[in-house]
Amino acid sequence: MQKSLHIDANKCTGCLQCEMACSYENHGVFNVSKSRIKVFNFEHEGRKVPYTCTQCAEAWCMSACPVDAIRIDAATGAKVVHQDVCVGCKVCTIACPFGTVNYMADSGKVQKCDLCGGDPACASACPTGAITYVDADWTGLDKMRQWAAKTDTQPRTAA
Amino acid sequence: MAWNRKILRVDLTNGSCKSEPLNMQWAQEYLGQRGLATKYFVEEVDPKVDPLSPANKMIMTTGPLTGTPASTGGRYSVVTKGALTGAIACSNSGGYFGSELKFAGWDMIIFEGKSAKPVYLSIEDDKAELLDASHLWGKTVFETEETIKRLHQDPQIRVSSIGRAGEHGVMYACIVNDLHRAAGRSGVGTVMGSKNLKAVAVRGKKGSGGNIKNPKAFMAATVAAKKVLADNAVTGQGLPTYGTQVLMNVINEMGALPTRNHRDVQFEGARGISGEAMHEKRPTDGKAHLVTNAACFGCTIACGRISKIDESHFSVVNKPQYWGASGGLEYEAAWALGAANGVGDLEALQYANVICNEDGFDPITFGATVAAAMELYDLGILTKEQIGLEAPFGSAQALVALAEMLVSGEGFGKDLALGSARLCEKYGRPELSMGVKKQEFPAYDSRGIQGMGLAYATSNRGACHLRGYTVASEVLGIPVKTDPLVTEGKADLVKAFQDATSVFDSAGVCVFTTFAWTLADLQPQLDAACEGDWTMEKLALVGERIWNMERLFNNAAGFTAKDDDLPPRLKNEPAKTGPAKGLVNGIDKMRPEYYQARGWGADGVPTKDTLTRLGL
Repeated sequence: MQKSLHIDANKCTGCLQCEMACSYENHGVFNVSKSRIKVFNFEHEGRKVPYTCTQCAEAWCMSACPVDAIRIDAATGAKVVHQDVCVGCKVCTIACPFGTVNYMADSGKVQKCDLCGGDPACASACPTGAITYVDADWTGLDKMRQWAAKTDTQPRTAA
Repeated sequence: MAWNRKILRVDLTNGSCKSEPLNMQWAQEYLGQRGLATKYFVEEVDPKVDPLSPANKMIMTTGPLTGTPASTGGRYSVVTKGALTGAIACSNSGGYFGSELKFAGWDMIIFEGKSAKPVYLSIEDDKAELLDASHLWGKTVFETEETIKRLHQDPQIRVSSIGRAGEHGVMYACIVNDLHRAAGRSGVGTVMGSKNLKAVAVRGKKGSGGNIKNPKAFMAATVAAKKVLADNAVTGQGLPTYGTQVLMNVINEMGALPTRNHRDVQFEGARGISGEAMHEKRPTDGKAHLVTNAACFGCTIACGRISKIDESHFSVVNKPQYWGASGGLEYEAAWALGAANGVGDLEALQYANVICNEDGFDPITFGATVAAAMELYDLGILTKEQIGLEAPFGSAQALVALAEMLVSGEGFGKDLALGSARLCEKYGRPELSMGVKKQEFPAYDSRGIQGMGLAYATSNRGACHLRGYTVASEVLGIPVKTDPLVTEGKADLVKAFQDATSVFDSAGVCVFTTFAWTLADLQPQLDAACEGDWTMEKLALVGERIWNMERLFNNAAGFTAKDDDLPPRLKNEPAKTGPAKGLVNGIDKMRPEYYQARGWGADGVPTKDTLTRLGL
């Protein structure tokens, strides 16, 4: 079964535990500026939205890479940047429609979410269930259930 | 990491910014944040200093757990001699500023002197410089933050700044970060304004965690402690759902909700300004006042409130700039702007609260000052002509107008800027100021919760709920239930809360964790993070040491046992209704017991034995 990160922004409080977990997992420090998942704060609407790579099935970053540094992890389906191959040309950052591949000036390479090899640290760290790691075929299941619950049915009457 | 071991010293008089190593011996004795910065402060500043003179210093400080995944590990504090109180001040704030300062590689910033013209401090990792803030002077907190982010082309900069209240010398100005989190009390923003320092802007790209003593044990300890918060009814359910506003109805039922300048202890309009009311749909637009809850950095409780004011409400009807979501209402602000004045209009309270955030002034002291003004008006001592409008208890119109008047600095706004103690003194009725050491009470009437009377009277920064929150024990039964209506046992209870809170405030975490955590939950996190041996015994000693250090500073500043007292109303006028009906506060009974528990003489001065025991 392939799994996906599933984000429910309504549950996000903006605590940034996900960003700390991500940077610690991948860089060994608590450093939100190095996190591959970002929480955006829309102050005037009172909304906080975590956002990261959705691991496109047909990944344009991977197609665009001239040195084949972005490859599929067969186990997780994640598109993984191989740091030893990446030359920092940034073409992938242009190709990605969502902005979720990012250049890091200090290493001269790009980074993106790699699903932590199948155990995403952000999902484990999230205290509210805003970020979960679920069956990729059913990322919409909860939403479907919510709408199903609202479906209008005829009031039951005694026969 | 635990400590970055590096502090920034900013001389505003000559414009220099210098890095120096953190005194690691002091870190072992005073931990961090409140304790450690206060140690620096008392070593460097004359206790008799005029708070608004260049000789006063101001320290922005983090704790060893600030900027780590420890839950609520995003706190920072401002330590100075308070403008409002003339006592040691330490105001604590959440948001994202403290962790950013840590990520930039600093433990604290010591500001000294006074700049000749308005400046702001810009920090980007190691680089720190004072920049011209002439174009920011006169701007609100909201405008200042937005302008700095735009100027530096970096939306991820975190900003702490003063608004117009701090510029005008309002005695209870605060320092606001991340739009609606504040180092709120005692006039720390007034001190910042007196130094012509408009803002501090920080961007930290270094991160932290590099020298955590035992990373594996630390991560395990933070996970275990987060579970304690999640499983607790207050931190896991009550606070996320209702925020601190969960208390409004509870405290009102207790007969401990100070109403109309403490004339009453129950407010007939409490239900309408409660956390429950914030969830209900308004008849006007069908929307709830509350938009969502929100967390500060690293916080797994998320008690913060984000609300929208009813667009048709009189306070904002022609002001679309106030129609967006904004911070509030928290319990203390809802009480001070509401019950304290007898105002039961939730939308008006949130508007006044947003004005407090926007221009940086403490809603507790402001609300209590309005309450005092309303009582003076009620007694005919202040007239409509003097105030510029009719100001009876319960008037939402007056509350809103007075908030705007304070910001403008015009007319009666100048009197309101004094705080209630100086205002009541000016009009010849000093006994009508409801506070201790010139700082107003927060939202608990000490006739209905006896221990809080002692906590207020002996708080080192003037009346305050965050120095010894015996409400936890007397009302909520945390960690054990005590009877709120008696004085017995309260001296020991207050001392225990004060000492433990000193540790929490010095660690870099939020005091709200103590609804669920005891020192035994904090200790494994500190011990895994910080070099040295951080046992329970050592932490208990550190907490008591910090408390006594603050006390010694205040004594040297001129405070004596007679300043550890409550206004006559709380000692002589019994509660009229509720469970505490007929009771006054028993401060005169508790005070000597407390001095004894502390190892202080009858004069409130720590004995030589006590100082020796604490290594002071």
